Amino acid sequence: MTAVGLRATAAYAGLAALAFVMLFPLLYAVSGSLMTTQEISTYPPAFLPLHPRLDNFRDVLHALPLPRQFLNSLIVAACVTAGQLVTSVLSAYAFAFLRMPFRNFVFGVFLATMMVPWEAILIPNYLTIADNHLINTYPALILPFLAAGFGTFLLRQFFLTFPRDLYEAAQVDGLGHLRFLWLILVPLSRPALAALAIWSFLSAWNQFLWPLLVVSQDQMDTLQIGISRLQDVEAATAPNFILAGTVLALIPTLLLIYFGQRHIVRGLTAGALKG
Amino acid sequence: MRRQPLVGALSRATGRERYSARETATAAAFMAPSLLLFTVWIFYPLGRSVYLSLHGNDLFGRPARFVGGAQFQELFASPSLREAIVRTAAFTVLTVVPGLVLGTLIALALQAPIRGIGVFRTLLATPFAFSVATASVIFQIFFNPGVGVFNAILGLIHLHPVGWLTNPATALPSVALASVWLQLGYNVLVLSAGLQGIPAEIYEAARLDGARGLTMARRITLPMLTPTLFFLLVVSTVVAIQSFGQIHILTRGGPAGATTTLVYSLYLNAFAFGSTNYGLASAQALVLFAIVVVVTALQFGFLERRVFYR
Repeated sequence: MTAVGLRATAAYAGLAALAFVMLFPLLYAVSGSLMTTQEISTYPPAFLPLHPRLDNFRDVLHALPLPRQFLNSLIVAACVTAGQLVTSVLSAYAFAFLRMPFRNFVFGVFLATMMVPWEAILIPNYLTIADNHLINTYPALILPFLAAGFGTFLLRQFFLTFPRDLYEAAQVDGLGHLRFLWLILVPLSRPALAALAIWSFLSAWNQFLWPLLVVSQDQMDTLQIGISRLQDVEAATAPNFILAGTVLALIPTLLLIYFGQRHIVRGLTAGALKG
Repeated sequence: MRRQPLVGALSRATGRERYSARETATAAAFMAPSLLLFTVWIFYPLGRSVYLSLHGNDLFGRPARFVGGAQFQELFASPSLREAIVRTAAFTVLTVVPGLVLGTLIALALQAPIRGIGVFRTLLATPFAFSVATASVIFQIFFNPGVGVFNAILGLIHLHPVGWLTNPATALPSVALASVWLQLGYNVLVLSAGLQGIPAEIYEAARLDGARGLTMARRITLPMLTPTLFFLLVVSTVVAIQSFGQIHILTRGGPAGATTTLVYSLYLNAFAFGSTNYGLASAQALVLFAIVVVVTALQFGFLERRVFYR
């Protein structure tokens, strides 16, 4: 074998080992979800199921309303994503193309919203939800997240890469702001919009603390809360059962990560690679 | 709007720009939905947090009477706040530093010039698909003292089993371990993008000057990566300070309060076990806010000057 071939082989071996360690929690979750309760509770632990079975998936769907919770998460994440896209596109357009007094100051206010930790305003927001009798409703899970300083920032940066002539030509042609936005800008901004959409969806889908507070019924819980409650349902006696639920919950985000990675990176690094 | 270069230059020179009323109205209308939502869900709550923190509350958590700084006095007088802040700081260091170091090493490994490296890059980003709930649930099974994977691995190399989450000394590092893994996928994605953004000509020029291996890494790769590292440092510090889900699922702040960080303590005061001490918890929330602002400002003040922007 040549020196180059040897080095490539070593690189593959090293990376494969690294990938195995990094992916171990996922591999173990999939493997464990196919085991019997007895099998997963042996010592030393088994790593592969002797007789893989799908019963755990069926059982976990009976123990908790996971399909309903899956649907709840989907509704919430879709609404939050759509809302953030609309509000961010509108405000980013104003910041990128329209002139008004105090524009930079207002943009600073938008950026400042990113500095406020959600935990610091948790209690008043909880009281707002409770006072308006919104506990255990979709609006409680959706309304607080319909606008995003990050989304405005991301899209403004993208809009600023367009030549101003584009905007001025549209003005000369008498194209209204909304029509220019919808017919020209949005189609041209698909990569940035995809990045923002994936980012919004993931953060909404993965929320934990807020749904824990504003929902108190199984039927209205999001999937993340449902998963965390599995340990209370069957205690630690049946990890195979808990893992089955976890694997189900992971499928949508795994698909998103594996097939949408190009867009994700663009969104994530919008702040990092500037300057 | 038509550009009027001369007028624009003149008015800028006098510090006064001329705005079209219509354009201003349009801009305001476009910003209105976001601003309205921010007002209701961010600015008003901030003000209300201040109000709540200055009032004592009745059994239902409703503000009862003005107490001024009494909540803050109580907070600062009791050792629990200091302990919670120390724990939060320890947890932050234990997650952020390994996250950045391991993330950088993995991202560097992913620069190997071999075919199919994209597949590895995708696979190594896997933790990013996990939510705090799914990751914590799996790590809880790993941490099981009797039949968990971690103690089995220790057994293989003839080490004594560890009470990962049940021993006050190891509970916080254990929660941090799960958090590092959870954060690592994101770090690898961002750092890989940063490394790929370094132009090949720079490496080429350095090679011509005789730079190799470690010199190259220390003199070229790391300086060029500092903007990315700085961004990740700021973001992952804030994420670590705000951690909640992994603590809630893995330890509920225990054992004996060993993992009760500031955020978890706030949660316990305001919401757990029927507790509704909104006043005290709001004071904690404001301390949390101040800490996040100060830490971020310090990072920008002291570290950003070391960042090498192209």
